[in-house]
Amino acid sequence: MPRLKIEDLQKIKEKHKAEFTLREGGYRAKITVHMGTCGIAAGARDVMTALMDEISGANVTDVIVTTSGCAGLCAREPLATVEIMNSPPVKYCDINGEKIREIFKEHILGGNPVEKYALVVGSETTY
Amino acid sequence: MEKFRANLMLCAGTGCVASGTMKVKAALVEELRKRGLESEIKVVLTGCNGYCAEGPVMAVYPDEVFYQKLTADEIPKLVEEHFLKGRPYEKLMFKEPEKKAAIPAMKEIPFFKHQVLRVLRNKGLIDPEKIEEYIARDGYQPAARALTQMTAEEIIQVVKDSGLRGRGGAGFPTGVKWDFASKVQSDIKFMLCNGDEGDPGAFMDRSVMEADPHSVIEGMIIGAKAIGSNKGYIYVRAEYPLAVKRLQLAIDQCYEAGLLGKNILDSSFNFDVEIYQGAGAFVCGEETALMRSIEGKRGMPRPRPPFPAQKGLWDKPSVLNNVETLAQIAPIILNGAEWYRSLGTEKSTGTKVFALTGAVNNVGLVEVPMGIPLRTIIYDIGGGIRKGRKFKAVQLGGPSGGCIPESLLYTPVTYEDIIATGAIVGSGGMVVMDDNTCMVGTAKFFLEFTADESCGKCPPCRVGTKILLDMLTDIAEGRGKEGDIETLEDLARDIIATSLCGLGQTAPNPILTTIRYFKDEYESHIKDRWCKAGVCRDLTMFWIDEKLCKGCGACLRACPSKAIMGEKKKPHKIIQELCVHCRSCYETCKFKSIKILPAGYEGDPYELAGAAEEAKKGEA
Repeated sequence: MPRLKIEDLQKIKEKHKAEFTLREGGYRAKITVHMGTCGIAAGARDVMTALMDEISGANVTDVIVTTSGCAGLCAREPLATVEIMNSPPVKYCDINGEKIREIFKEHILGGNPVEKYALVVGSETTY
Repeated sequence: MEKFRANLMLCAGTGCVASGTMKVKAALVEELRKRGLESEIKVVLTGCNGYCAEGPVMAVYPDEVFYQKLTADEIPKLVEEHFLKGRPYEKLMFKEPEKKAAIPAMKEIPFFKHQVLRVLRNKGLIDPEKIEEYIARDGYQPAARALTQMTAEEIIQVVKDSGLRGRGGAGFPTGVKWDFASKVQSDIKFMLCNGDEGDPGAFMDRSVMEADPHSVIEGMIIGAKAIGSNKGYIYVRAEYPLAVKRLQLAIDQCYEAGLLGKNILDSSFNFDVEIYQGAGAFVCGEETALMRSIEGKRGMPRPRPPFPAQKGLWDKPSVLNNVETLAQIAPIILNGAEWYRSLGTEKSTGTKVFALTGAVNNVGLVEVPMGIPLRTIIYDIGGGIRKGRKFKAVQLGGPSGGCIPESLLYTPVTYEDIIATGAIVGSGGMVVMDDNTCMVGTAKFFLEFTADESCGKCPPCRVGTKILLDMLTDIAEGRGKEGDIETLEDLARDIIATSLCGLGQTAPNPILTTIRYFKDEYESHIKDRWCKAGVCRDLTMFWIDEKLCKGCGACLRACPSKAIMGEKKKPHKIIQELCVHCRSCYETCKFKSIKILPAGYEGDPYELAGAAEEAKKGEA
């Protein structure tokens, strides 16, 4: 590590923000990828990989990704739920890597739910 | 920077490492790799999480799920369930004693729920070996402010206003101490850190040094600026290898980053820190002895005054602060004195860390606001007494402290209230004792320690503690005489009045408090040759109550010396000549049919047992 100046302290803090958002909470958006056996069989892994790739690329620090079990609608897997703080959660169905990239850009970054992939709006929240 | 969707904060404190953290880590890394999750999920080794009894422990973020008692064998299943399928793995979650439902969330677990973390603010949240993670949690910003925007007087004023008192045991106001040293004119001054934690059962300072070494260094930098020192030493005992390693690593990182050395953060302030390893002598926790030890001499105290603020290390003005005290400095500078005072009482502000051990369900490290009752710590955080036994006493302050009985469990934890009981808050050791503890034996245990650790310089301590110990040994082995209790009290007071340093001045406290609250136990040892707890072997006879014995044979199987005989389903009997007083039968019997009688008792046991029962009922 090079010699630090006072302003570097803040920069280091910013650089680690994403990681500490994970540990301390205080995130803006949470995406849950449903990873039951049905989800995995239908391709939830690809969804997850694509999502992580998008997040890294976009360099956002206040979005977290988590997994959960089967959502109960196995026929429409892979499913993902997007929760933006203070707005109703949106469940997306029949998604794949490409679709989640689009959802990420439109909904998470842009704030507009992607209606054509949405299954339902306003189901249970987890925060 | 790489993005992860989850961080697994695996505890690598000394306790968890001893119960197998490294094997668990290897298994985790391997399993995540196998499942192709290594780029999504990161394993971080942290310092002591505090819940040592349940180790190895791990917190999963962002889910905030807490796992305990991890084993390498369980890891594949855990990874598959939680990290692949998203189903938190109940089997390894915390369960409340006698309840079956698992509690997944860390903040819901009673042990964590009642704690307020200030000293331990980074515990389990950062990797102690990475300075960036400390900085990410506001680290070194307070130091930057203190060095560039505050005068020494301003720093001292904030610390004074905060009401922070030395956490090493004496409770002297930290700001006042700094003020004394800052006013002394000298070309050289020393800023010292006391990491010579020596009380049996205490591990607060070790945990802080292991889990958050930078918090200690930052406190020292700020203190050094306040008193005008350019050189510091951290005195740590060599028995704390992990603390030494992490502190050294932290110091090296600070030099590299320009947070130690010349011209820190371009503030033109210079400060160097070195670790000095002590050999583990208890007396070296005393300030004047500690300074002599750093000088390379034999660690022995000297009379005060002159106080170290005038003449300390190498006769230069010095300030010695405890690890826990220093770890609180940065947040006080960052958040201000009012924030600090918002917890605690008028005279005992802020929080205190305790090492909770002994007969409680949840052994571990706890931080609580000062002023909460002892009962809350023992029952709500500690989860009550192990195996449903009865609480007898709580020992506070180690060999310098005392035992507090059940009747005083609502005592608030403040410096003043605890001193009024005869114990001291001390450095924070808190040993809980159940009804299987003999109080004479407890006093004897601590006197063995202090008599052994007395440095030998002054006779009251050197000779006095030995005589106290001999008398206690006599009482515990059946040679006690009428008048012994009074002699013990007399001698104890003389030793307190005439000893040179804190070791001798506090060594008799365990005796005085046990006599104060448990005098009847001393009396029954001396007059009746009866250790009712069944601990002192020479004052105990185990006897089976035939009316209660079901003849199940459990005691017979447990006895290592074949001293129990009896047929199945018929009352058993102990052959006294063969009994070695190991208590195995007593601990094993489910029907409470084994009773403790005075040694060599020849009267009618039922009369005595009946009398004892009556007496117990009377107490209750």
